[in-house]
Amino acid sequence: MALGKIEKVIGGAVPVLGDDIDTDRIIPARFLKCVTFDALGAQLFYDVRYDDNGKSIGHPIDDAKYKGASIIVSGNNFGCGSSREHAPQAIKKAGFNAVIAGSYAEIFFGNCTTLGIVCVEADDATRAGIVEAMAIDASAQMEIDVEACKVSVNGKSFDVAIKENARAAFLAGNYDSLADLLGNMDDVKKLEASLKYSFTA
Amino acid sequence: MGKNLFQKVWEKHAVKVLPNGQTQLFIGMHLIHEVTSPQAFAMLRDLDIKVAFPERTFATVDHIIPTDAENRVRPYADPLAEEMMQAIESNTKASGITFFNPESEKQGVVHIVGPEQGLTQPGSTIACGDSHTATHGAFGAIAFGIGTSQVRDVLATQTMSIAPFKVRRIEINGKLKEGVYAKDVILYIISKLGVAGGTGHAYEFAGDVIDNMSMEGRMTVCNMAIEGGARVGYINTDETTFAYIKGKPYAPKDNWDEMVEYWKSVASDADAQYDDIVKYDAADIEPQITWGINPEQTIGISEKIPMPTNDVMQEALDYTGFAGGDLMNGKKVDVVFIGSCTNGRIEDFREAAKYAKGKKVAEGVRALAVPGSFGVRDQAVAEGLDKIFIEAGFDWREPGCSMCLAMNPDKLIGSEISASTSNRNFKGRQGSATGRTLLVSPVMAVAAAVTGKISDCREVFEIGG
Ligand code: SF4
Repeated sequence: MALGKIEKVIGGAVPVLGDDIDTDRIIPARFLKCVTFDALGAQLFYDVRYDDNGKSIGHPIDDAKYKGASIIVSGNNFGCGSSREHAPQAIKKAGFNAVIAGSYAEIFFGNCTTLGIVCVEADDATRAGIVEAMAIDASAQMEIDVEACKVSVNGKSFDVAIKENARAAFLAGNYDSLADLLGNMDDVKKLEASLKYSFTA
Repeated sequence: MGKNLFQKVWEKHAVKVLPNGQTQLFIGMHLIHEVTSPQAFAMLRDLDIKVAFPERTFATVDHIIPTDAENRVRPYADPLAEEMMQAIESNTKASGITFFNPESEKQGVVHIVGPEQGLTQPGSTIACGDSHTATHGAFGAIAFGIGTSQVRDVLATQTMSIAPFKVRRIEINGKLKEGVYAKDVILYIISKLGVAGGTGHAYEFAGDVIDNMSMEGRMTVCNMAIEGGARVGYINTDETTFAYIKGKPYAPKDNWDEMVEYWKSVASDADAQYDDIVKYDAADIEPQITWGINPEQTIGISEKIPMPTNDVMQEALDYTGFAGGDLMNGKKVDVVFIGSCTNGRIEDFREAAKYAKGKKVAEGVRALAVPGSFGVRDQAVAEGLDKIFIEAGFDWREPGCSMCLAMNPDKLIGSEISASTSNRNFKGRQGSATGRTLLVSPVMAVAAAVTGKISDCREVFEIGG
């Protein structure tokens, strides 16, 4: 729970383009059979990366020129579908610390933020510009400046957005709120006593 | 200015504003299942934190459990499924949480078990590590899916950090045509508002159609709010709600009248304010069917698949192999699945059985009828519905999520096409990376089963004029 502040994300970026990339795509349901999240990294985007025999079918994630990337660039409504934290966990365990997309499904966004994955919002035109700039040198380092809401790569810089609550939490280092929640347990108990619930068997 | 139900319930449950600007919200009832909870318990163990209010969490097992009787014998054939089962058994035992395991004969899909046990009550805040938690909103509760880190937070504190939603009221007025069901209503709404249309919103469903709907139908509608991007979907309470809850195992008993009075007090005021109101006419809704890879890609059975105007539509057609301008009516199906937290309730099986009776599943079609819970199964058996399905050639199975997402042995094979009463037609959702899912109502599913192809249930069964 003791968290570092996230002021910048620096690393290689890989384009995983397309809108409405859902959580079943990010991590297919059969990989949810696990009691820890540890193995999920290798299974990220599995069904669009490998054929039935487990052979790579040439997904950008497996493209040598994006090796070691830590930022995903995608389309609109990224992470729609289920609430499975397995999806952001797979992204994180595969070494990614940020996503740049047009928009995000809400539960996914919240899950990412808690894990310290920075979800950057950029409109269609800006993302097109970012992807174009990335292509100049695919192995270049991208920088996401959380404070200034800027993305720069290959000498080009773009204004983007990061939801204010999340941005403030990254900068303050309190994006995982458990410690804050635990700090208010006296108030929680008081409120609990005032509520009207009745479920006894 | 009046308040809506969402605002009233939220205010009562707000503990504090947190440093991150979000609200610390008290969760009155917490449901867990085997897929998204073991990691949360592990996190708590690492931090040496105990479950704060174990009497407010209830557990079941649904996703991984096999649905054929022989394979339900322990240990499960799949060692990963067995490991997850053992984890939820030991975690609930160690923390004093009630577990509706198969031996208790109360097991079932989490969103069916809550209402069936009378745990889902109006005016509550309900969270579960599962996106279809909005189902419980049918009872005038604020219910939403959460991630595993939040399951950890709720276990540790019975609260979580969350920002309030805007509220959009969706009215469906008039009278539904015969052969048109709750499932068609919600698919229709999603096709109009889009899969991301509800982002940041709670949907309040209202209007004549909702007022006249059974609780089962209301749950079907709220269940799929998330498919429209809305994390919360809810319906204000009325006598239908109270009648459903009364007498359920965990329902209020001696204090019944007092609780009903409270439940009424949190309903939306007549002059409540909304961020947005949209209205639909029931007369415009016909049986719906999806043609693509997300639930927004839905058309009426008499309509043609639209010509693709964006990449997602093109991607959908590439995946399904259908073409813009085609009718879905007449497309061959390989599999029919009736079940899930969307349409796995007793009313769904009653309605489906009404039309399956005396008919035969078409040659070459694999048809599954999977009750959502022991409660549903036992009631169906008591009414003889199981026999109707079996005689018609359906495989009648034990309760679980089954082929809704195929984490158990029930799966599509290759590029099979399935007419399914579940809620998601994502690529690979039903267990095969190339499998295709067409979402329909239970009666449309029966029509597909007996004809071997997508058909208008009203024609096949001569429903209505
Ligand atoms: S039936 Fe399907 S949607 Fe419902 S909880 Fe199970 S897997 Fe999720």
